[in-house]
Amino acid sequence: MSVDGPKSDDIGDIQTHRPELLLEVADLVKHFPVKRGLVFDREVDQVRAVDGVSFSVARGETLGLVGESGSGKSTLARTVLQLLEPSSGSVRFEGREIAGLSRRAMRPLRREMQMVFQDPYASLNPRKRVGQIVGEPLLLQGVARGAALRREVQELLARVGLAAEHYDRFPHEFSGGQRQRIGIARAIALRPKLIVADEPVSALDVSIRAQIVNLLADLQEELELTYIFVAHDIGIVRHVSDRIAVMHEGKIVEEGPADQVCDQPRDAYTKQLLAAVPIPDPREARSRRRAVRPS
Amino acid sequence: MTEPLLCVRDLRVGFVTETGRVQAADGVSFDVAPGEVLAIVGESGSGKSVTAQTIIGLTRSPNSRIAGSVRLRGAELIDAGDDELRKVRGEQIGMVFQDPMTSFNPVYRVGRQIVEAVRAHRRDIGNSEAREIAVEMLDSVGIPDPAQRIDDYPHEFSGGMRQRAMIAMALALEPELLIADEPTTALDVTVQAQILALLERLNRERGLATILITHDLGVVAEVADRVLVMYAGRVVEQGTLDEIFYDPQHPYTWGLLGSLTRIDRDRPERLPQISGAPPSLQSLPQGCPFRPRCPHEFDRCPELPGLDARLAEAPAHLDRCWLEPEEKRELRQVEGQIGLEAPK
Repeated sequence: MSVDGPKSDDIGDIQTHRPELLLEVADLVKHFPVKRGLVFDREVDQVRAVDGVSFSVARGETLGLVGESGSGKSTLARTVLQLLEPSSGSVRFEGREIAGLSRRAMRPLRREMQMVFQDPYASLNPRKRVGQIVGEPLLLQGVARGAALRREVQELLARVGLAAEHYDRFPHEFSGGQRQRIGIARAIALRPKLIVADEPVSALDVSIRAQIVNLLADLQEELELTYIFVAHDIGIVRHVSDRIAVMHEGKIVEEGPADQVCDQPRDAYTKQLLAAVPIPDPREARSRRRAVRPS
Repeated sequence: MTEPLLCVRDLRVGFVTETGRVQAADGVSFDVAPGEVLAIVGESGSGKSVTAQTIIGLTRSPNSRIAGSVRLRGAELIDAGDDELRKVRGEQIGMVFQDPMTSFNPVYRVGRQIVEAVRAHRRDIGNSEAREIAVEMLDSVGIPDPAQRIDDYPHEFSGGMRQRAMIAMALALEPELLIADEPTTALDVTVQAQILALLERLNRERGLATILITHDLGVVAEVADRVLVMYAGRVVEQGTLDEIFYDPQHPYTWGLLGSLTRIDRDRPERLPQISGAPPSLQSLPQGCPFRPRCPHEFDRCPELPGLDARLAEAPAHLDRCWLEPEEKRELRQVEGQIGLEAPK
């Protein structure tokens, strides 16, 4: 790790902070102003997208963040990564406070935390070749260049199940699943510790989803990655997660081990969410319908 | 089975493109009875949406090549004139699309759009009467305060309300058949459950027949009576809901069923997957289109299997796979469940 900056208060942190935790988020708030007015904007209200959220993620584990649209899960993910500036609260990465750090101070930390996006059609620059897209983080961070860069990128492509000859192709030549592999190769290029995946499989065909989920699991093991997996599909979230946090209206309403949250939910909203998930088994679905509607 | 409402026979839809001809739907046949929900399941490029759109003439263009027969209560729609087809759309067949954001015109009030749809077909109905119908329809799909909300603009509705309003518009003229193309895919699960319950109620109470196009087998299990599984433009398996889920005959169906995540069961270590990707329609493999992804491929597969009944006890359960039914029942058992192959 090559984090520079003041080291003096790090020593105090190391003593109080549990070493197995990679990320600790406390009372995180992200409000967006609602403005009205033609010439002079007045702030008339606030959207409390993330409204006092605390959670932690241990090294090597997967935290599933599940919620419906508007629950604030994507805003939370982006605020944790400091892609959005938090309104208040604390985000500690390896014990170090990163909330409110300047862009310049964040830059070396960006190597440590990467993001995989939902839409593999929108998240890759259509004018760049695959090799450039995947190699860009390495080039920008000064890790590799020239022939070494090309070699490194080809290794990355192989690691995510693509071929070396894909290096010179453009994104439009690939299917959705392959594009998501390119996005994943770019995310792991700098050997990050934390990857936030925001709906990484929801835009993909059913037969491709399992491939990407399995790829993410393989990479987690090989590269000792820690994941925050954001999705609305609680079935997928349960499959990939060690722990699940359920978000509703900007708050985490329930958090716990994945099986416990799904099998014995405590919160009323979690129960409602689970009850709405279709069960792909006609007999089960029929008996559940009878249970819900006794008529 | 009651007399079919819709009869589709050997439907073929091709498109002429710069790089050659693409056969988007190839020899699709099925019936829909009144009150029945037929699910068409498939991935992108499977031809499921093209099939549905062709039924109501939405794929007609100088570049499309359409053949086969689509009969609604005996009347042929494939070569019907545009005026005739326009009457069928709305009056006899309603359609709901995936994206409720783009299905309404954003600059007109919701009510006005429904009123316009009603009056376009029924000249005898006045504005105020059409408005009453619109309020009634919004009420029946569960829009609260319909008399007030009818004057809202589409952006003032939530996604779920917009999809309900879309269904209300599609049903305003009391069609006999509803074609719903991924009607809940863009919605949250709690809203999806409400829309599915609404569709089920309409089927039960009004005898509405529905063609539901979806990629989500969970949704299928909740509402469908019969299922058509499509792959690369062809139907690869069709049967009743229970036949497809409990005695599936095509390896692609096994793969789809096997890769589902279930919250009501213990999770497997790894998710069973189907390797590879759906083929490009411009370079289909010879014979069975699923062959390159199928672990059970053998020497007959380079020849395309017909969509035939292969089970003596289920003459309406059809599939396109050369394997013997006995063999299939053995091969599809993967770690105690139906699947394509053990996860690697």
